[in-house]
Amino acid sequence: MSLDKALVARVAGLARIAVPDDQLQPLAGELSSILRWIEQLAEVDTEGVEPLRSVHPIRRARRADEVTDGGCREAILANAPEREDGYFVVPRVVE
Amino acid sequence: MSGPERLGLVEARARLRRRELSAVELTRACLAAMERGRGLNAFVTETPERALAMAEAADGRLARGEAGPLEGLPVAVKDLFCTAGVRTTAGSRILADFVPPYESTVTARLWQAGAVLLGKTNLDEFAMGSSNTTSAFGPVVNPWTPPGQDPPLVPGGSSGGSAAAVAGFLCPAATGTDTGGSIRQPAAFCGIVGIKPTYGRCSRFGIVAFASSLDQAGAFARSVEDAALLLQAMSGFDPNDATSADLAVPDWVGGLTGRVKGLRIGIPEEYRLDGMPAEIEALWARGAEWLRAQGAELVEVSLPHTRYALPTYYIVAPAEASSNLARYDGMRYGLRVPGRDLVETYARTRGEGFGAEVRRRILIGTYVLSAGYYDAYYLKAQKVRRRIVQDFEAAFARCDALLTPTAPSAAFAIGEKNDDPVAMYLNDVFTVTVNLAGLPGISVPAGLSAAGLPLGLQVIGRPWDEATVLDVGRALEEAAAFRALPPAVPEA
Amino acid sequence: MGWTIRGRTGEWELVCGLEVHAQVVSKAKLFSGAATAFGAAPNSQVSPVDAGMPGMLPVLNGFCVEQAVKTGLALEAEINRVSIFERKNYFYPDLPQGYQISQYQTPIVGRGRLTIDLPDGTTRAIGITRLHLEQDAGKSLHGARPGVTLIDLNRSGVALMEIVSEPDIRSPEEAVLYLRKLRSILRYVGSCDGNMEEGSLRCDANVSVRRVGDPRLGTRCEVKNVNSMRFVARAIEYEAKRQVDLLEAGGVVEQETRLFDSARGETRSMRGKEEAHDYRYFPDPDLLPLELEPALIERLRGELPELPDARRARFVRDYALPVQDAGVLVAERAAADYFEAVARGRDAKQAANWVINELFGALARRGLEIEACPLPPEALGRLLDLVEDGTISGKIAKDVFQEMLETGGDPLAIVEARGLRQVTDAAALEPIVERLVAANPQQVENVRRNPKVIGWFVGQVMKATGGKAAPELVNGLLRRRLGLD
Repeated sequence: MSLDKALVARVAGLARIAVPDDQLQPLAGELSSILRWIEQLAEVDTEGVEPLRSVHPIRRARRADEVTDGGCREAILANAPEREDGYFVVPRVVE
Repeated sequence: MSGPERLGLVEARARLRRRELSAVELTRACLAAMERGRGLNAFVTETPERALAMAEAADGRLARGEAGPLEGLPVAVKDLFCTAGVRTTAGSRILADFVPPYESTVTARLWQAGAVLLGKTNLDEFAMGSSNTTSAFGPVVNPWTPPGQDPPLVPGGSSGGSAAAVAGFLCPAATGTDTGGSIRQPAAFCGIVGIKPTYGRCSRFGIVAFASSLDQAGAFARSVEDAALLLQAMSGFDPNDATSADLAVPDWVGGLTGRVKGLRIGIPEEYRLDGMPAEIEALWARGAEWLRAQGAELVEVSLPHTRYALPTYYIVAPAEASSNLARYDGMRYGLRVPGRDLVETYARTRGEGFGAEVRRRILIGTYVLSAGYYDAYYLKAQKVRRRIVQDFEAAFARCDALLTPTAPSAAFAIGEKNDDPVAMYLNDVFTVTVNLAGLPGISVPAGLSAAGLPLGLQVIGRPWDEATVLDVGRALEEAAAFRALPPAVPEA
Repeated sequence: MGWTIRGRTGEWELVCGLEVHAQVVSKAKLFSGAATAFGAAPNSQVSPVDAGMPGMLPVLNGFCVEQAVKTGLALEAEINRVSIFERKNYFYPDLPQGYQISQYQTPIVGRGRLTIDLPDGTTRAIGITRLHLEQDAGKSLHGARPGVTLIDLNRSGVALMEIVSEPDIRSPEEAVLYLRKLRSILRYVGSCDGNMEEGSLRCDANVSVRRVGDPRLGTRCEVKNVNSMRFVARAIEYEAKRQVDLLEAGGVVEQETRLFDSARGETRSMRGKEEAHDYRYFPDPDLLPLELEPALIERLRGELPELPDARRARFVRDYALPVQDAGVLVAERAAADYFEAVARGRDAKQAANWVINELFGALARRGLEIEACPLPPEALGRLLDLVEDGTISGKIAKDVFQEMLETGGDPLAIVEARGLRQVTDAAALEPIVERLVAANPQQVENVRRNPKVIGWFVGQVMKATGGKAAPELVNGLLRRRLGLD
């Protein structure tokens, strides 16, 4: 599989990463060569193989339904680029 | 001149207990070494005030006979572990000013055990790299760089700062994380010991995530015993990490014998790569011979899917990373680069906040998960991954541990492999299988290359069998008797 | 044939399925230890996990899992022994991780069904496709100040059950009945409080139409924001008619998401806002597959309460109540419990009448839920006992009931304090009868001609005694005095 400029632009849009136009072509080349290298996996016979879900089959206790966290608004907001009245402030979301 | 900064953990601990040395003295010596060693760029953030306060408290506990297992021992922490009140950058511009309000479980355990935080070490951005050249805080210099060589050698990555700091005697030990070789490869490049335990042994809570199913914390030190001591304190079940194992942590330090008599050591034939440098091959053979001479039985084993491990890794890791790094969006913390609207703010923040390698991996990961490609890439990779796990299960039916080289070469110069991502990725060819299968692995310095650079051997164990990995590592350590010092470090 | 839309060119049938998001009743969130209470100060119920801070990891709340399993069992559904949490990746400022943890390919609950009762007395089974657990997002506040949006993450991470029905619904009314019944079952199980105003229960409708008799499915639209019982029928009907009009005019229905505007009573396209979504689902590596022990499932089955249908059948059988009344009583578990507490050891029909007519009426006038009823069932029971043993009349009982509601007083105490005991002493009533007969010769004449108008005298006696006279006794005295016996 080789990626063209348009596909790179689409993927970058999905990933919300700005890529200047003049970098799309070189990036398409780089990503394509990585993908071509990755595609050797197609050689492996995986007929009937279940995809791996976790490396070790460990059973885990679950969280009890108890309030043990929260109530730490200052800590939550401390690193905010912009805040107001206990809220995070973000650029307007178009509804 | 030889100060306390040259002591290993076990030796320093003994002196602290005997009160021949105070934690404050030891810490001051390390802080001074860090200052002298700033040319290595091993630290992103030094925390001298905190270190001295912690050392002072440790001295108090030592005096009162309340010493924890690491009481008064200074350590460096990879800047991927969140430390409450100390900025945690993950080597990225996007988190350059992030100060976590919480502590990672692993570091919390260290402070609980009495350890002293010297500072946060440099790393490849979000732990993505094998050379520590992707850090937003500049590359780390390998202390083994021959004097006058420019550009200098890389320390390996991603935990390059931790490896350089320990190898350069800035600190006796450091934490690292290992997703595809990020502890073992820099340990090999820097001539020190690096261990990655079984996936699930150390909590991932509070460690900035790269690839959740592969990431595992581990330890750097200058001896196997020191590495065991640090890892012991880092390990254990954590209810805040659903992938952490509820298993007791054995006494690795007390149980460390270095005895390999009767152990079956597997030599995986697929690790003999075409074009592998002869000196690596010779080192590997020498290592096997050392173990055989100490009473181990050598067994040829096969791990047939080895050559597919890296491509598998470069699907699984970027896929998980693309999702794990979605939270860095400039909304709640971290860098925000304003744009005309929300979407542009996202794109500019992430475009400018992430470096080239991170952007590249996010794009690969986004692509392999996207509609129409998921089955061909991600699902296929998870199936191959099961094959790789099965390879190891079959091998471990015939042997107790595996011996391999750690990396296919010695350290290379900064910038050397930067133009070709795939060539850079090949650094992890021997280490990445271990992460895919969640196994414990250690790298032990075993010799020098023709150019006088350290080379490491890797021991891989069964799940949860760090004890055997440590014993085999110790046996190699004894046989190798690696005493060489980096050029930057004067003889003691 | 059931409900149809008569178009210009023929009859059209509705095909509708509902997707309901039900907030799980739990103290803590699905993957963190932060509280879930409604209405807290912004960002005061947020853990670093919910804020998507670096290195934070989700740990599954076992109680939320149990709630989902119980709900699945109540919907007669398959419980999947292994289910998988996946990440649904998209960017939105109220989605802190950049992904929602949800279940995609392997939900915790598979196929089930829910039976609705149609007004004609018949029932219909509506298929349940699946139920899965997922986390809620935070809340965006627009318009507080130009150019910015404010984000409150209190809801971020709260557990939701998404319950998806098959496209089995054939009329707007069935949709309402489905939603009511689902809400009733959720409240019985205790897995969701069903509060639509607070957003604990949210509904989207998948609507398509086809010509009557056509087995093929039409293109569907997803109508979002149908968030009150009142609007469900209206939104579906509007959307179905819109599609019929469109198709009959030669147009095609485009598969799209539409928003129901409750103020205008219409649906409108959300196109333009929506770009091509590609959620890049994959199993969340932070969470291992969720495995359920058969023993756990069986324990939860044992904990299920008697559900509304079974309870209604029992009320009809054991209390000899009319199906309608039994249906009214069982809709809310607390109401049914209340009724049973009143009916215990008493005349069940009387108890049902009082609960349905007096109590429900009084609560509705005050805008109260049964849970907030100021009158404990024991007190109402004692009031009924006073009627039963003749201490007061049924009419007086209604006054006493009103006072009990207002003051919370004991019925007997009120009766004594206000002297409301029924007068059952003939000697006390005879002088009154005498006086009235003497004073109203014309009425006496009327009664002799038409004995049915004796009621006028009864009313006068009751009035004279403040309603306390025992009506039977008064009747008897009057009949004798007026020579009717």
